[in-house]
Amino acid sequence: MNLTLKVWRQKNAQTSGKFVSYKAENISPDMSFLEMLDVVNESLTHKGDEPINFDHDCREGICGMCSLYINGHPHGPKRGITTCQLHMRTFHDGETITIEPWRAEAFPIVKDLAVDRSAFDRIQQAGGYVSVNTGGVPDGNAIPIPKVIADEAFNSATCIGCGACVAACKNASAMLFVSAKITQLGLLPQGQPERYRRVQSMVAQMDEEGFGSCTNTGACEAECPKEIKLTNIARMNNDYFSAKLFREDEVHEQGH
Amino acid sequence: MTLDAKIPQGPLAEKWSKHKFDLKLVNPANKRKYDIIIVGTGLAGASAAATLGELGYNVKAFCFQDSPRRAHSIAAQGGINAAKNYQNDGDSVFRLFYDTIKGGDYRARESNVHRLAEVSVNIIDQCVAQGVPFAREYGGLLDNRSFGGSQVSRTFYARGQTGQQLLLGAYSALNRQIHAGKVKMYTRHEMLDVVTIDGHAKGIVTRNMLTGAIDTHDGHAVLLCTGGYSNVFYLSTNAIGSNVTAAWRAHKRGAFFGNPCYTQIHPTCIPVTGDHQSKLTLMSESLRNDGRVWAPKTVEIAEQLRKGTLKADQVKEDDRDYFLERKYPAFGNLVPRDVASRNAKEMVEEGKGVGGSGFAVFLDFADAIKRLGEETVKAKYGNLFDMYIQITDENPYKQPMRIYPAVHYTMGGLWVDYNLSTTIPGLYALGECNFSDHGANRLGASALMQGLSDGYFVIPYTLGDYLAKIGPKKVDTNHPAFAATKKDVVDHVNKLLALKGTKTTNEYHRELGHIMWEYCGMARTDEGLRKAKGLIQALKADFWKNAIVTGENEEVNASLERAGRVADFIELGELMIDDALMRKESCGGHFRVESQTADGEALRDDENFAFVAAWEFKGENQPEELHKEQLTFEAVHLSQRNYA
Ligand SMILES: Cc1cc2nc3c(=O)[nH]c(=O)nc-3n(C[C@H](O)[C@H](O)[C@H](O)COP(=O)(O)OP(=O)(O)OC[C@H]3O[C@@H](n4cnc5c(N)ncnc54)[C@H](O)[C@@H]3O)c2cc1C
Ligand code: SF4
Ligand code: FES
Repeated sequence: MNLTLKVWRQKNAQTSGKFVSYKAENISPDMSFLEMLDVVNESLTHKGDEPINFDHDCREGICGMCSLYINGHPHGPKRGITTCQLHMRTFHDGETITIEPWRAEAFPIVKDLAVDRSAFDRIQQAGGYVSVNTGGVPDGNAIPIPKVIADEAFNSATCIGCGACVAACKNASAMLFVSAKITQLGLLPQGQPERYRRVQSMVAQMDEEGFGSCTNTGACEAECPKEIKLTNIARMNNDYFSAKLFREDEVHEQGH
Repeated sequence: MTLDAKIPQGPLAEKWSKHKFDLKLVNPANKRKYDIIIVGTGLAGASAAATLGELGYNVKAFCFQDSPRRAHSIAAQGGINAAKNYQNDGDSVFRLFYDTIKGGDYRARESNVHRLAEVSVNIIDQCVAQGVPFAREYGGLLDNRSFGGSQVSRTFYARGQTGQQLLLGAYSALNRQIHAGKVKMYTRHEMLDVVTIDGHAKGIVTRNMLTGAIDTHDGHAVLLCTGGYSNVFYLSTNAIGSNVTAAWRAHKRGAFFGNPCYTQIHPTCIPVTGDHQSKLTLMSESLRNDGRVWAPKTVEIAEQLRKGTLKADQVKEDDRDYFLERKYPAFGNLVPRDVASRNAKEMVEEGKGVGGSGFAVFLDFADAIKRLGEETVKAKYGNLFDMYIQITDENPYKQPMRIYPAVHYTMGGLWVDYNLSTTIPGLYALGECNFSDHGANRLGASALMQGLSDGYFVIPYTLGDYLAKIGPKKVDTNHPAFAATKKDVVDHVNKLLALKGTKTTNEYHRELGHIMWEYCGMARTDEGLRKAKGLIQALKADFWKNAIVTGENEEVNASLERAGRVADFIELGELMIDDALMRKESCGGHFRVESQTADGEALRDDENFAFVAAWEFKGENQPEELHKEQLTFEAVHLSQRNYA
């Protein structure tokens, strides 16, 4: 296959960027999208030009490091997969492919197609955990958990923290990401003691990072590579209002 | 220097308890006076950082990804072992210990392995308490599955994403300590050297991968938790960024490298399709619980399958050779990885390989789907099947998967004593980065167990002993060693940036991978290894003349990062060859063609090779010096492994 790529190039957050066109030649349909970029980068390197910078690591859809806004979709046109799992057989010979970074105020550009998603880490640091120290915990089977609950918690826990939900949202809202963690821990007995405190701390941090608000468009769910459901957001809102109405004092007492 | 493994005295089952009591403790009020550097925040590093932070130490943690949640541990699929015996099927600490020693082909240290089996049970409790959503049965209790090399069900799992869930658990504990101010996290930082003062590790040098700033960091101790080096083979199941640089630079500063040639080739990976391939994808070993491995009985049928004139499901039952079930009736498809891999290779060499390239055998779920129904199979393995479909465009619910072995894990790594200390006092190695617990072959679901054991339950004790002995006096950052080591790093970076040749570092890496796979892969010969050594030396010389590195230091520069890693892989490759040449026996994943039994199994030579090889760096382009840690076995009887 031969393709034309329109790629966003930007040296760093301080400079402005622009689209540059490249030819991708002799691409095999069995290649992954990132392998196609590897090929382009090898030829740029041979010419002494700077290769295109993009984030990636596991290349099997689990680390959440890859991003890329491809032809107007985060992680490309196929549902339920990440960019690294996208294969070139999805495209046709001669096609022009536009490749951009995630665009959101809370995700400043690092270089070319890579962005800074450390805001996600800071939200998790604000409360995405159960406060137990190592050692001295009860036996793993001490508290039975109904299989349906465990499975539901697991589904929320499969979020890979990629940020596609933010990139997809016209308001750059991070609600789907934040609600996935809140739902996972909120469903499990281990997460109960800090349930209301957690939701308030994480939402407060989310707001502080400059993510937009949710207007229920559902673009996040449609583009999420792990198919995290909007019901997570409903649960989070529930817990949040419940906390605000009845349990807010707890946070102020225990907050750091 | 003589190697001292510092194995505690006393009966095997009491060593760890007794040792914990004998270790010195750091007074709680003094803990905050100690700074601990942790490089790597995968399972081993994140669990260590969180636990040491909870104890009150000041921790500085580093990783090269943009978040600790992305460490390669995230990709582990199948599960984690623990001797809980929840299934009442005869498991025990001793059995897990025994299986691990035997699975490792009697090349691991008994005392370490027993400790690992002991603390395995605590790991599961810890993870459950953190909110890790393990798979459960309808009664609400934890579910288990069995894994290769064992006859009991002791593997805990979270669908096909166990590593992800365990890492997110450790990451959450780490986040809590970051929030509490006890851990300072440095992401997108690459460690490039260790600073030693009077022979003790006192700091590291890092490069900030966003700005290029090269800085020193001081600490009373340094923990390397930087993962394995499978990517020396270029193609492996590891993440693209996994590398040996941290361990290798530490090696060059005096940390001995243990058993570098012990690598694990995993039997069930998606076969290579072409030269563009950047990595290989594992299909979890858990699939062998329900999938049956087979190859066509005759070369003629294989030929038709390769050409596509015959489809796998059209091959008659009588024409299929379920070779693992045939040769190993007791373990069947669940034989250890090295055995399964070598058998697949044999089939291919006999001309019975399938798929376009002929480098594959089948893993078939037809029987499982008949027996359990498609829904059950989907619930167990759905995400793996999806992954397979994505990559191959074939449907394993309808057609058997094609699989072939690929490099997956490195049992070798920095040599450590019982306390996880390297030969540089104050420098520790945890997780896949050390050589310890798996001998010459790792059993499935045991790496996650070891990483978390090292981080949550071992290092918090053993490190305290060292710290109590050296005392909390501040590290002297004006010591010339800091400036000198930093200068070495700057010089190395500049040397790389000056390379403006004709070949990309990726091309060198691929070439190195070809050499390693061909001569130091599933079967190794004296002749081949000697040839490989020459090839690698030539490759190294050529790299430093003709490689291309683009850009400058003061920016995000993936080309520079890659170049440094490839340069280190080339040097490591040579040491692996030396180690493989030296070890004239076969054991576990190290198969020397000259040393095999009549039926082609690995043949050990316990008389001459029951030792750990620990290599000492002696200077650039000098032969390394071999030190031997003799292995003694008291609790198990050395025997030829037999899985029939
Ligand atoms: C596909 C796959 C599936 C697997 N499945 C299983 C399984 O089911 N069960 C099982 O038990 N094991 C499994 N394993 C093995 C297991 O996942 C690994 O051995 C284990 O996760 C390694 O953990 P770690 O903490 O030692 O290292 P890693 O998770 O690799 O972490 C390394 C850390 O070091 C950092 N780092 C490295 N170098 C530097 C540097 N120079 N500077 C700064 N930071 C650095 C990285 O950023 C990262 O944080 C699997 C492995 C693979 C590849
Ligand atoms: S919710 Fe989905 S899109 Fe958002 S970060 Fe998680 S996995 Fe990515
Ligand atoms: S590179 Fe890890 S999810 Fe894509």
